[in-house]
Amino acid sequence: MSGVRRVLGVGAVAAAVVAAGVAWWLRGPGPTAFAEGPTVALADYRGTNPTGVPAALAQASLVERGEYLARAADCMVCHTAKGGKEFAGGLAFALPFGTLYSTNITPDKDTGIGGYSNQDFLNALHRGVRKDGARLYPAMSYTSYTYMTDADALAIKAYLFSLPPVRATPPANTLGFPFNQRWAMGFWSAVFNADTRFEPNTAKSPEWNRGAYLAEALAHCGECHTPRNIAFAMDNRAKFAGAVTGGWRAFNISSDSSTGVGAWREEELVSYLSTGHAAGRGTASGPMGEAVDHSFSRMAPEDIRAMVVYLKSVPAVASSDLPAAPAPAAPASHKEGGGAALAQGKKIFEGACASCHGWTGESPVSPFATITGSWAVNDPAATNVAQIVISGTARHTPQGVLSMPAFGKIYSDTEIAAVANYVTARFGAKGAQLTEKDIVSLRKQAAE
Amino acid sequence: MTVIERASVAPSRRSLLTGSLAGGFLLAFHLPVRGADGPARTPDAPDGKFAPNAFIRIDNAGETTLVMPQVEMGQGIYTAVAMILAEELDADFAQVTLAHAPPNDKLYGNPLFGLQATGGSTSVRAFWQPLRKAGAGARAQLIQAAAEQWQVDAASCTASRGQVIHAASGRTLGYGALAEAASKQTPPQEPKLKDSKNFFLIGKPLRRFDTPDKTNGKATYGIDVMLPGMKFATLAQCPVFGGKVGKVDDSAAKKIQGVRQIVVLDDLVAVVGDHMWAAKKGLEALVVTWDEGANAAVSSKDIWENLRAASAKDGAVAKSTGDIAKGLASGEKVEADFELPFLAHATMEPLNCVVRFGPDSCEIWTGTQIMTRVQSEAAKAAGLPVDKVTVTNHVLGGGFGRKLEPDMVVAAVRIAKQVDMPIKVVWTREEDMQHDVYRPVYRDTISASLSGGKIAAWKYRVTGSAILARWLPPAFQKGIDADGVDAAVDIPYEIPNLHIEYVRAEPPAVPTGFWRGVGPNNNVFAIESFMDELARKVGKDPIAFRRDMLTKQPRFLAALDLVAEKSGWGKPLPARVGRGVCLQPAFASFIATVVEAEVDSAGEVKLRRIVTAVDTGIAVNPNTIEAQLQGGLIFGLTAALYGDITIDKGRVQQSNFNDYRMLRIDEVPPIEVHLIKSGEAPGGIGETGTTAGPPALRNAIYAATGVALRRLPIDRTLIASGKKS
Amino acid sequence: MATLKINGEQKTFDAADDTPLLWVLRDVLGMTGTKFGCGIAQCGACTVHLDGKAVRSCVLPVGAVKDRAITTIEGVGDSTAGAKVQKAWLDLEVIQCGYCQSGQIMSAAALLAATPKPDDADIDAAMAGNICRCGTYVRIRAAIKRAASEG
Ligand code: FES
Ligand code: FES
Repeated sequence: MSGVRRVLGVGAVAAAVVAAGVAWWLRGPGPTAFAEGPTVALADYRGTNPTGVPAALAQASLVERGEYLARAADCMVCHTAKGGKEFAGGLAFALPFGTLYSTNITPDKDTGIGGYSNQDFLNALHRGVRKDGARLYPAMSYTSYTYMTDADALAIKAYLFSLPPVRATPPANTLGFPFNQRWAMGFWSAVFNADTRFEPNTAKSPEWNRGAYLAEALAHCGECHTPRNIAFAMDNRAKFAGAVTGGWRAFNISSDSSTGVGAWREEELVSYLSTGHAAGRGTASGPMGEAVDHSFSRMAPEDIRAMVVYLKSVPAVASSDLPAAPAPAAPASHKEGGGAALAQGKKIFEGACASCHGWTGESPVSPFATITGSWAVNDPAATNVAQIVISGTARHTPQGVLSMPAFGKIYSDTEIAAVANYVTARFGAKGAQLTEKDIVSLRKQAAE
Repeated sequence: MTVIERASVAPSRRSLLTGSLAGGFLLAFHLPVRGADGPARTPDAPDGKFAPNAFIRIDNAGETTLVMPQVEMGQGIYTAVAMILAEELDADFAQVTLAHAPPNDKLYGNPLFGLQATGGSTSVRAFWQPLRKAGAGARAQLIQAAAEQWQVDAASCTASRGQVIHAASGRTLGYGALAEAASKQTPPQEPKLKDSKNFFLIGKPLRRFDTPDKTNGKATYGIDVMLPGMKFATLAQCPVFGGKVGKVDDSAAKKIQGVRQIVVLDDLVAVVGDHMWAAKKGLEALVVTWDEGANAAVSSKDIWENLRAASAKDGAVAKSTGDIAKGLASGEKVEADFELPFLAHATMEPLNCVVRFGPDSCEIWTGTQIMTRVQSEAAKAAGLPVDKVTVTNHVLGGGFGRKLEPDMVVAAVRIAKQVDMPIKVVWTREEDMQHDVYRPVYRDTISASLSGGKIAAWKYRVTGSAILARWLPPAFQKGIDADGVDAAVDIPYEIPNLHIEYVRAEPPAVPTGFWRGVGPNNNVFAIESFMDELARKVGKDPIAFRRDMLTKQPRFLAALDLVAEKSGWGKPLPARVGRGVCLQPAFASFIATVVEAEVDSAGEVKLRRIVTAVDTGIAVNPNTIEAQLQGGLIFGLTAALYGDITIDKGRVQQSNFNDYRMLRIDEVPPIEVHLIKSGEAPGGIGETGTTAGPPALRNAIYAATGVALRRLPIDRTLIASGKKS
Repeated sequence: MATLKINGEQKTFDAADDTPLLWVLRDVLGMTGTKFGCGIAQCGACTVHLDGKAVRSCVLPVGAVKDRAITTIEGVGDSTAGAKVQKAWLDLEVIQCGYCQSGQIMSAAALLAATPKPDDADIDAAMAGNICRCGTYVRIRAAIKRAASEG
């Protein structure tokens, strides 16, 4: 071996080591690694089985069990286009590098997953590999679903196969090079997909384990609430510390007492998850509103509690950009309180918003419309305030449908920025400084 | 108005034709007049003694009922009509009662349309002479009756405040006492009308009759009608225009508390419930698969492409004076095209209709601008002869042309036919907005040549829907939609070579109809916008440029001069603030308007001040005229700033006030209205503000920024770009 | 059966808790002075008072009203502010078609009850939620000032 070659060889090895190191570092800990205590394979676990369906459904048919699990995994929301047939795909995901469309997961043989064997289905769910061998993009949460047991995954399949097949081909993705090279996702998966099933922690309670399984393998909370690293994989070093996904901010749900949910009473978390609302804490809207409507609100109470127990155990990570506490209610007079100088935003607020949200932020018509105390108005980036003004929300509550209309069509980008700045200044701890350009970008991110 | 429901008495044919009360007059609802502060009074029974014509009834107690041929939709017409009648009748205004007219084209047809329709700013214009004659004729008969009784010369008697007076002998007789005798007098052929200097009502800013009950919730709009045993329904039509109902799954809807019945017709579905909420929830729970039909792919883009292509063709010539080819060939030639979007009416009162079927009859309660058409179309839908259908009209919560269509009544009748009880059909705001009959898209192309600082030639082509061809076919002659070119052929400027063309182009899928301001909306915008561009071309002030071409138009000149003075025209303004003017040739009134607006760097526009000067001839009720101008301006400016109905996949994309924006109180500046005194016959007023607002605003933006907008609604991005075209 | 206190009177009715107050008033109780305009709290036509404050009855579930006092256009004239507003409305001939005016009057009366001498900004803040398609805004502003200046 010549000197040059040797140098090159050493260099290659060194590069490989560095690459592996970087990959290892980037990959970071697994989603439940924060919890101390030994984990065991499911088969070896002595506690109550944390997987499967709640007790009430233990005797139910495979399809019924699959239906519950499919809801808990919230398959429908992503696999249904606006106004389209359920599970027939076509929902757009606007990513920084192009637009992806969700696939048809009805049992249609040609355009859906009707031709999938059990193994094909598991490959997709656990490994991100399609029946034809092509790689899925991680917009499909397989790095979370990978923790699901085969039995649960196949129950979901049985449920999907019980649905009427829909012939529908979603639009083609519009990713540019190099992101359109699906094969490259193989490398990504090798590093970032654990491809392993859930392992219970013997030091924790069965309830915690059930919560962990639900939150990680099914509800995939981290997909929105855990920040992503430069390789677009979840960074569990800051687990549940919040992130912006699809143009909406998923807030900090770590147990940080000021900017996370550490100070929320268990009852508040239960209420928020099962109804999308907790008094004084705000109301879920946007993607979280959908998750509540289609998934959490239809889960068994004991499962919600289990998730809350798990959530409470996640280590605190503070969001440095949020105030230490949400602002109290604004004064009743429009002349007092923050935002007084923001004339353009105030004008929109007094015409279109005040009648539901009140000048104090406490709604005269429904606690769901109270914005005092919510993180959305206390976020100085005003991301969710701007989004909800643009696209509105329709929540299915026990009191019927509660909705806020979408104003994105009538207000210009400047006006939306102005009203978001006014609302955060008046009802939050600190006013946002959004500009027209920010709104252009937010509209793009949330585009469907 | 306290509205008292009466048993409806179907009029006999003879009574309608003769206008006599003998056979019973259809007065289902009365509008008792209040004296200045007096209590509401109920009018006498409909068997009064003196009924000289279709509009006046005087019973022997002196109670005077005036029958309203036009409908009240906020324009104050009930008061204006009553004033005109009472003026010539010399009635005691405090003793007058108003009644809605029943459907009858012969008796109550609008002389300008030949049918009983309220629209086009025509009420006072069209009925001015007929009503005066009706009042004067009745007065002559009353005087004649008194003269006979007193055995004096009728010429020695006068009338005042419901009495005939013989001044020489100091005798008086009230109209009630004279009613019977008066009915035996021969009506004069050409009754003598009052000299305007003797008017005691006309020209006074009087309070309106209909407003007191609108302050306390007592006024009954069509949507407020309640019948015993009535249920409530709401409907959905195929979101794609022209589509049909495919499959309906009503299993979930049926389970909703309060849902009574689900009606499925070929083109719509409706849910009947104990109240609107049950009906609405039921409708939301219905799973309807629509058969979208031929229009499922139509989009705004296609519509505009079609319209632009159509506007490239030659049109039917509506007017041509001088030699246009020669005129255009000389001087400096300038061209521009202007485009207006679809607009919804969005009357504040959503569409509605109450229907009750009997064994062989159908009763309808609604608020409509077109009584007889509603009656005949309802009869067709009900499968009944016209005389088995009664229509009771109500005050309208806004008309704006939407209620010149009978579709909401026809839909209600078809639904009611399937239901065993009386129903009130109310459209949701969303349904109302997505199934309107829209103000059409228009495109106007204008070429002009300039010489010596004036316009030498003007060739103007209007391309758009022919609403008249559908709505009043006889009025559509030789390929020209008279409404579409109304203000174009009436252009007030002295232009030696003038050529106006019309191209009919119906948009695919989208139904079109009249909208407040009708054709002139389009014409006035194009003309007055282009005038400012031409003024700038020749380096003249916009008002001076216009003045120079109005040498034979004293009434226009006076309006222009007054608005210039009152608006402070020419006085310096801060940066990014501009004044724009509009001179308006429409509805037989003479109106000049100045809008002052401020434009920020993002293209946002703020209205600062509006001044308008109007010569509308004799101002019957100046109070209402000011209100109509203010309201009309706001209506037009709302459209100019925000109005845009767009189509995607064959359906309207807007749905409610969150995506179809309205001007709100905090965006509206002071609006001054200056009336010019005139003894000429009254002109129209209800729509003039609507047509004046958009070009004046557009010209203000032009003055402030130099950006020449040619499309509405105003494009903030274009303004922000600062691009001068 | 449930009860509501409307204009000082106890009324019983039958409707599900999620029914907006608007429809209970109009369709169940036959109190049609309160109007339906949009159903999404954007126009103000349905405005009533709840313990004296202006609220949009089209989005207020009747189940949430409980024993709070409701005032509608039919009863607002019994309050000093309401009567003043109604009078000013007639004195200045504010009304055109009138359909929005129940709501306008209710909003104006609530404003005057809370702020007896409102300035333009107060009027904007209280009235901008009420759309008038006929465009009576100029006179509404003037009438509120007139009502405020009387007593
Ligand atoms: S109907 Fe309630 S605000 Fe419009
Ligand atoms: S008066 Fe007609 S909507 Fe206000």
